[in-house]
Amino acid sequence: MIDKKFKIANKIFKSRLIVGTGKYKSFSECAKAIKTSGADIVTVAVRRVNISNKNKARLMDYIDPKKITYLPNTAGCFTAEDAIRTLRLAREIGGWKLVKLEVLGDKRNLFPEMIETLRSTELLTKEGFKVMVYCNDDPLMAKRLENAGAVAIMPLAAPIGSGLGIQNKVNIKIIRKQTKLPLIIDAGIGQASDASIAMELGCDGVLINTAIAKAKKPIQMAEAMKLAVISGRKSYLSGRINPNLFGSASTTNKGII
Amino acid sequence: MNIKNKIKITVNGKQMQIIPKFTLKSLITKLKMPLNKIAIELNKKIIDKNRISKIRLKKDDKIEIVHFIGGG
Repeated sequence: MIDKKFKIANKIFKSRLIVGTGKYKSFSECAKAIKTSGADIVTVAVRRVNISNKNKARLMDYIDPKKITYLPNTAGCFTAEDAIRTLRLAREIGGWKLVKLEVLGDKRNLFPEMIETLRSTELLTKEGFKVMVYCNDDPLMAKRLENAGAVAIMPLAAPIGSGLGIQNKVNIKIIRKQTKLPLIIDAGIGQASDASIAMELGCDGVLINTAIAKAKKPIQMAEAMKLAVISGRKSYLSGRINPNLFGSASTTNKGII
Repeated sequence: MNIKNKIKITVNGKQMQIIPKFTLKSLITKLKMPLNKIAIELNKKIIDKNRISKIRLKKDDKIEIVHFIGGG
């Protein structure tokens, strides 16, 4: 299979690994991990400025939005209205139209509230946003998001930050078969092999935050994830052998003594 | 100026006192906020950053100033 460029909303990106910027010990560690990961898209969140500590370091001082694509998210939003308010503010900061929609329904499992997610996708698309949608691994809902104008489908592998890896490979494969939109695994990755599996299932990319940021060695894990995504993609494109129940000797019996 | 003449506003959930006719631009300058890294909401309406010098703050105005932080 020939590799196709990783294209979201008509923009080509080099790396198929998207990295989150939360949970790092410091902005400098975060910046180093991003550089090592090779990611050219990073997710960011919109929050109140700390007005009592004006000299506090800012993310934008460490990660240059001119060099790396910022993907504003709607983390912490539970309704379409919250999500739209947040992304309008994000757009106002510097004109961001490519966004990650994430509308949650439960504070504990952090699963997406898909009815609000679908409604938000429709409303944001009408407003001119290019919406990459965090969603459940449900093929029917993925189809509805696509029809509503989503520019990327981003199903979870497992709950956000859980590190459990891909729990429902069959659903991801079905979504892959039914959509030509970029399919990106978002949330639940724990280790490099999980990222490889996502790519081997035919996903176009992987979004990782906690698995890198909270690893004992985040920078090294960022490199591992980078290699895993490249490796998984190559494996997918190479056309794997059919799995067999019985063995097939690698060495011929011809000329055996 | 006498404290009686000051008006109360709320910025990012915190009460502040300003002199009457204080503009939104003066507030941003006073707080030393870099305009290219923030977005501003006044009473839940997003404000065009090019217009902040024309906006005079009133009693009980609620201002939200946001920026990007780390997130997944």
